[in-house]
Amino acid sequence: MPNFEHPEYPEATLLHLESMVPCRESQVSSLLSVFGKRQHFSFPSIFIYGHTSSGKTYVIQTVLETLELPHLFVNCIECFTSRLLLEEILTQLQNLSSEKKHGSRVPCDTFNDFVRLFKQETITQDLQNQTVYIVLDKAEQLREMEANVLPGFLRLQEFTDRNVTVIFLSEIVWELFRPNTGCLEPFTLYFPDYSIGHLQKILSHYHPPEYSADFYAAYINILLGVFYTVCRDLKELRHLAALNFTKYCEPVVRGEASERDTRRLWKNIESHLKKAMQTVYLREISSSQWEKIQQDDGEPGHLKGLSAHAHVELPYYSKFLLIAAYLASYNPARTDKRFFLKHHGKIKKTNFLKKHEKTSNHLLGPKPFPLDRLLAILYSIVDNKVAPTANIFSQITSLVTLQLLTLVGHDDQLDGPKYKCTVSLDFIRAIARTVNFDIIKYLYDFL
Amino acid sequence: MRQSCRALDWGQGVPLPRDSGARGGSMSTCSVSKGCFVFKPNSKKRRISSTGDYFSEGKNDSEDSGLRFATCQLLWKQINSEMEKIQDELNKQLFDNLINFLRQSHSEFQTESTEWMCRMKSSEIPTAALVLGVNVTDHDLTFKSLSEVLQDSITPYVVSLQAKECPGIKHLLQKLMGQLMNCYVDVDDSEEEECVNISQKKMRCSMASLSQWYKDVTKKSGFETSSKKRTSSSRHWQSPPIVVIFKDMESFTTKVLQDFIVISSQHIHEIPLVLIFGIATSPMIIHRLLPHSVSSLLCIELFQSLSCKEHMATVIDKLLLTTQFPFKLSEKVLQVLINIFLYHDFSVQNFIKGFQLSVVEHFYSQPLSVLCCQLQEAKKRINSLSHNQCENIRSLPSFRRYVESQVSEKQIALLTEDNFLKEVTQTLLEDLNSYHENYFPVLRCLHVFTSSLPKYPLGKQIRELHCACLGKRVWETEEYGSAVQLMRMLAKAELVAILQKCVEIFTSSSGKQFSNTIEKMEEFLTRFQNLEAETNDIQDVSVSSQNELQKKTDLYHLQKTLLELKESKRSKKLTKFEMLRFEVVDFIESLVRSYLTPAEMQTLNEVVYFNTANTLREHLNAAPRIALHTALNNPYCYLKNQTLKSDVGCISNTAPDICIAYKLHLECGRLINLVDWLEAFSTVVTAVEGKDLDSTATDQMDEIIHARFIRAVSELELLGFIKPSKQKTDHVARLTWGGC
Repeated sequence: MPNFEHPEYPEATLLHLESMVPCRESQVSSLLSVFGKRQHFSFPSIFIYGHTSSGKTYVIQTVLETLELPHLFVNCIECFTSRLLLEEILTQLQNLSSEKKHGSRVPCDTFNDFVRLFKQETITQDLQNQTVYIVLDKAEQLREMEANVLPGFLRLQEFTDRNVTVIFLSEIVWELFRPNTGCLEPFTLYFPDYSIGHLQKILSHYHPPEYSADFYAAYINILLGVFYTVCRDLKELRHLAALNFTKYCEPVVRGEASERDTRRLWKNIESHLKKAMQTVYLREISSSQWEKIQQDDGEPGHLKGLSAHAHVELPYYSKFLLIAAYLASYNPARTDKRFFLKHHGKIKKTNFLKKHEKTSNHLLGPKPFPLDRLLAILYSIVDNKVAPTANIFSQITSLVTLQLLTLVGHDDQLDGPKYKCTVSLDFIRAIARTVNFDIIKYLYDFL
Repeated sequence: MRQSCRALDWGQGVPLPRDSGARGGSMSTCSVSKGCFVFKPNSKKRRISSTGDYFSEGKNDSEDSGLRFATCQLLWKQINSEMEKIQDELNKQLFDNLINFLRQSHSEFQTESTEWMCRMKSSEIPTAALVLGVNVTDHDLTFKSLSEVLQDSITPYVVSLQAKECPGIKHLLQKLMGQLMNCYVDVDDSEEEECVNISQKKMRCSMASLSQWYKDVTKKSGFETSSKKRTSSSRHWQSPPIVVIFKDMESFTTKVLQDFIVISSQHIHEIPLVLIFGIATSPMIIHRLLPHSVSSLLCIELFQSLSCKEHMATVIDKLLLTTQFPFKLSEKVLQVLINIFLYHDFSVQNFIKGFQLSVVEHFYSQPLSVLCCQLQEAKKRINSLSHNQCENIRSLPSFRRYVESQVSEKQIALLTEDNFLKEVTQTLLEDLNSYHENYFPVLRCLHVFTSSLPKYPLGKQIRELHCACLGKRVWETEEYGSAVQLMRMLAKAELVAILQKCVEIFTSSSGKQFSNTIEKMEEFLTRFQNLEAETNDIQDVSVSSQNELQKKTDLYHLQKTLLELKESKRSKKLTKFEMLRFEVVDFIESLVRSYLTPAEMQTLNEVVYFNTANTLREHLNAAPRIALHTALNNPYCYLKNQTLKSDVGCISNTAPDICIAYKLHLECGRLINLVDWLEAFSTVVTAVEGKDLDSTATDQMDEIIHARFIRAVSELELLGFIKPSKQKTDHVARLTWGGC
């Protein structure tokens, strides 16, 4: 007895569909009932949302393909302008309505043209009789296009007077889409995250042909035990499962353990998986490098991840410029006197500052500072005399292109530009150490 | 770093605004701000374009200018090709690794395996994170040779993208497709498809059309290779990857990168795409720019280029510490170049450009540089020197020193007979040549010693040692003294290793004079080996004294024995090892004293040494603000008009209006009253002009002066000295402080 009941489709198709979409039965059955019969008009628009890799795209695609409904799929990131998007839809529609390919692309600039051309394309009887489904994947991109695109798609059925349904797939909720001018509300459908049981079921579903399903399921169980706390992304988990499976099988291949000896297998794999979580999962080490390590059976220790190479070598004055920028970003301007004048007198921290300045500046983040202040601090922290040469100024620009400083405000502003220092305390301390500059002594937060 | 494009415009110092925003480009003289820089006509670019003529029209005498120019060009050509060779060698390792990576990256794409593993793994885009260091100006060259190498060995489809060309994903794709389709045209430009391709440029820029294009192109080229046996495409595989190089990863906006990666990951099955991220800072930037959802689409491998300091060390080693090129840099010039490198930009390219400037400047300004070529050639040239040139030789300070040290008859002969002078010059040049041949091996040998000392009293790098030896008598310096003291404390194993290295250096050097030195050193080595037995004895002695110490328990006796021990140590005869060590160090010292004499002491050093460090500094390390101040404060400095010559304190009314306004404004505080300023201005201007004041003319005059004043003020505002202030009416605010 299939889970899905629908008078329109044969039972075998429905059964097949059910096997294809594990753990998404309720969503699919509500979709089926919304779709109705082929020739029925459906909702003008359906909005499906759910977290990353909760099966939205896959489920829709499988349903539409298995039931052989006329449909077309467009990825909105790929079609980054409305023109590209509309033309892509029209081309796919051409391919749908006639078997032979039209080579020519239909120029379509506005939504108005689109509606007109859409009507022309769907004139054939075949498309008249059944609902055409337009699936817009990554629909959140639509919000960045012209204001009329999203409302237009929502009422496409009404505009074109054709049997068409637009399905939006998105990772964010409908409330964030709703234009303030109002629009036709779509039918919304939520795809909840897969639970750990679901993940287990889906991942074990595709086991490698050489090994039994149970063996693989046990492996998935261990894998989820390690990774479930940090990652629920199905794709990512599947990738990790594939990467580490050979290591898991090693004792079996070598004949040291049987397939049922789960304890030994677990002991063998657990630390390995944990290491994978710190490296491959974070993309510190690429998956191909990880595989190489596994093959060589070497320790991944000698291969440093990306973050291990945090050290940046800078020219001498650039280092001081960066230090000066850091000081200017994190010290209140009024304390400069205290740090850089010889006879500054004592300033007590508590009385000296306004209330809001008492919170740590490092918690508040860097503040913008003018160029003059940067140079003034630079001149006072460098031991020997620095001539204000062109090289010094261009070093500042270089630091901006290296993203170690950022220019606040517009690029064109030549008059009194302001900067922010974007490096972290650890980074600047490492830099300061190389030039024997005790930066902590100069930071107001650490007085 | 980024700045060099400016510095490379050879001394036409660009007056930068205070933030040194990106600029550059043509230097016309239409603007006031640009006028305050001297346009010294020694731009290398112009020099080469107007060929040798330029050398002859200089102010100094035109002796042999054509020959000098030719020598200069030839020398530079040699140096340049040597440089290119060095660059290639240095990059080879990195490029080989990258090519290997590219070969492997899409091997699955080639074989199209359908294993379970491959189906399960998400298909990531192979990405090479190429860390190149902060010297951004050098990157262009690296990327250029990289894409050449790739095009030669892997794939014709190499695209390089720059952040400033790609503000949006649309531009990025446009650029990408534009470059791809062009390179396709390059592959077979004879085909008639060309016109089709051009029309394709209008094709919409989307990844889908790109993958369609790729399919067409690979199908076609595959067909062609089988039918026509095209050699060019047979180097590549059936489906060569498309390599996209992001030259400056840091400057790309996150959105563009993310979108591009997401889009291309959807087509990775159709197009074998490989990304190369050019990173200047650290690979952490990838994680900063890309969220996990995007970076999980990439398969990132790290490649690191040689650090620029090592690169620099190699360049100095191959370019300066060799007798291969006759041209030499003096200590001060070298110091300027190295300082710019270490303090400002880390750019090896800039260093080489600076070196090039020195070459050109030397040949341009020193008439005797005609002798700055290989010895044989120089000897020939000496014979054909004109009288003027002989006079030039006589006026060289080093030559005068030489003359003074000679006996009086010879002095007269040297100063009067050109032929005798030429003969002597030949021998002197020979001496100079052999000085260089001896200098470098000894320098390297001394470096082997000093680089193994704790705290490096004479510097860790050979360039520091080189500078020290070039400039002054190194053995008179304090650092040398402490270095020698430390050398006298080296352990035996170290000393032997160092000596062996020194022998290697001397044997590999071409000079024949060193056969004695080598013999001596080898003798030292054998004596060290013979020492073995004696050292054992010494150990015995020390052990026995230790035993004695342990026996004494009484404090008084202990003190006594300790004192005795101390005494005996002081007076103790040196062990054989110590004697030998002294001998070795003394020998090295004698080498240093005889061969590492400063270059300035050498007669005729001016012929091959470029030593006007000031010119170089002016050109390469321009100080726009100081120049601006000089121009406005002392216009004579640049305009060279005699009437502008004035005393320091006073304001001349013949100066340009802007200079008068500038000088007046220097006397004001932070806020300047415009009315007062105008009055002061008109007083200065009319001081001479208004000798015969009549009332009707003054009104007229006033208007003109008013206009001139306003123009001067607005020019000052343009230059960034003042800005309008809202604090007080009719006031402007000063933006600079101090009277300079």
